[in-house]
Amino acid sequence: MWMPQAATNPTLKELELIAVNIRRAIIGMITQAQSGHPAGALGTTDIITALYFCELKPEDDFILSNGHICPVLYAALAAKSIIDSRELATFRQINTRLQGHPHNTELPELATSSGPLGQGLSQAIGMVLANKLDNKHGHVFCMISDGELQEGQTWEALMYAGVNQLAGLTVIVDRNHIQISGNTEDVLSPEPLTAKLEAFNWAVIDINGNNMAVTLKALKEAKADNLPTAIIANTIPGKGVEFMEYQFSWHGKAPSKTEAEQALKELDTLEARVRSKS
Amino acid sequence: MTNTTTQQNCHNFSTRDGFGEAIVQAAKQDPNIVVVTADLTESTRVEEFAKTYPERFFQVGVAEQNLAGIGAGLALKGKTVFITSFGVFSPGRNWDQIRISICYSNANVKIVGSHAGIATGQDGATHQALEDIALTRVLPNMTVVSPCDYLEAKKATRALARHKGPAYLRLSRPKTPLLTKDETKFELGKAYILQEGTDVTVAGCGPILAEVLTAAEQLTELSIEIINCPTIKPLDQATLLTSVKKTGKVVVVEDHQVAGGLGSAIAELLAQEFPAKMSFIGMRDTFGESGSYEDLLKKYKMNSEAIQKAILAI
Repeated sequence: MWMPQAATNPTLKELELIAVNIRRAIIGMITQAQSGHPAGALGTTDIITALYFCELKPEDDFILSNGHICPVLYAALAAKSIIDSRELATFRQINTRLQGHPHNTELPELATSSGPLGQGLSQAIGMVLANKLDNKHGHVFCMISDGELQEGQTWEALMYAGVNQLAGLTVIVDRNHIQISGNTEDVLSPEPLTAKLEAFNWAVIDINGNNMAVTLKALKEAKADNLPTAIIANTIPGKGVEFMEYQFSWHGKAPSKTEAEQALKELDTLEARVRSKS
Repeated sequence: MTNTTTQQNCHNFSTRDGFGEAIVQAAKQDPNIVVVTADLTESTRVEEFAKTYPERFFQVGVAEQNLAGIGAGLALKGKTVFITSFGVFSPGRNWDQIRISICYSNANVKIVGSHAGIATGQDGATHQALEDIALTRVLPNMTVVSPCDYLEAKKATRALARHKGPAYLRLSRPKTPLLTKDETKFELGKAYILQEGTDVTVAGCGPILAEVLTAAEQLTELSIEIINCPTIKPLDQATLLTSVKKTGKVVVVEDHQVAGGLGSAIAELLAQEFPAKMSFIGMRDTFGESGSYEDLLKKYKMNSEAIQKAILAI
């Protein structure tokens, strides 16, 4: 799985092209492993690209709380040449550093280990507190899924950060409306989400998380805010691969070889569309 | 350890008191130490720490899952973190967070669980941690320590402050007899012979060792070797094997469920290295209840009298 070297100060168009390549890598990894979680990974690719290629500075941290979508993170690390892109083929195989869910002692480039939902935001808070103690100005970004809003620990963390008005902390909620057994609205709806987060003393920014320009603007705004900020990123699960889009059945299922070929063809079309933009 | 009688009369301090004092001393030497608590500032004896080092003290409210996660985040940024609560809540409530956020990441977090065992007394079964050793010793990367008195709790706290990696420190509520002295050695991973003997080994951990000493004093006809095992994981295999090879049998005493505790750890060792006759004093697959520590020890057959019977029967 070859990845092009990324530009240092990419333009919007370059970012969108990087995102296409990350999506290709996601399909490749999950197909090769014949297991993994494509929908959330494809849906959050634009946000992860914006973070890794623009907003995350060396002093910042990114915690992926919804660890199951880690192919997008591994692919972004490869696109940044932080890990060798050839390593992506080892995803979920024996002796790999690219575990099915992130493990930071094997891959120190990861901020935490994650998988069991609800644990990331508390760790992000701990990191913010450590930054404050050490007078460091790093920002901590934490991505959670909308399904994770069903975990009690998430609300313990939201309450603590809100009451203590922790600056230097941004949570990105991947609001893709799906979870393993169905649509979030059918399983247990988090709504009214904005009102809940505001009631917990968080600043809230509601965005289209598949629009690169909008995502970049929101990340910058959140970083500058001195309130803990929640970005509700409305995303399309499976984004870029039409037969996966909006389908909860693709939460945790690997495409067959034929399906993967179809997916890669669609990503070629997506690339052509990005390239043709003026 | 010879003159136990006079020392056992000193009931001035609990193991949680020892922790509370030692953590302030350790923090003075090491500015990297922080404490996070889930509401139980006074009960887990971190009031003094909070007053002395307010900027290094974090109160998260009654939220033990968040407690473990915040502790992990601080540790992943280089802090030496002590998170305090009752054992029934931490590791009881937040075991998954301890498993993944702390142990899987090998984060430098010390889980301090007070109110262990039926020693908790009147609060009853809900607040008597009787499963915490079992819960923690099955986790990779974890060290498990159960000090027997105030002095040993102080030493264990200081040792854990220097140790890198996850650990569980098991503490008790009541004031209990001093079984060690200031000069008694303490090292993580070491067991200590309190009394040498040749007929039977009695191994134990925590303040309940006072009952063992009382039992042994009255069994003058037997030569009893008493071993204090403050570190349950990693177990001091050499000391235990040497003793059991000499005596051929062992009684294990702990204020914990018999299933999964120190006795189980020793049984796992002996079954593989030197199968020997064993007997267990502890809770037998039942919850505790309200009552004084003394009454509970009697009712659940964990007092010195019950220990004597077990020693004679083995």
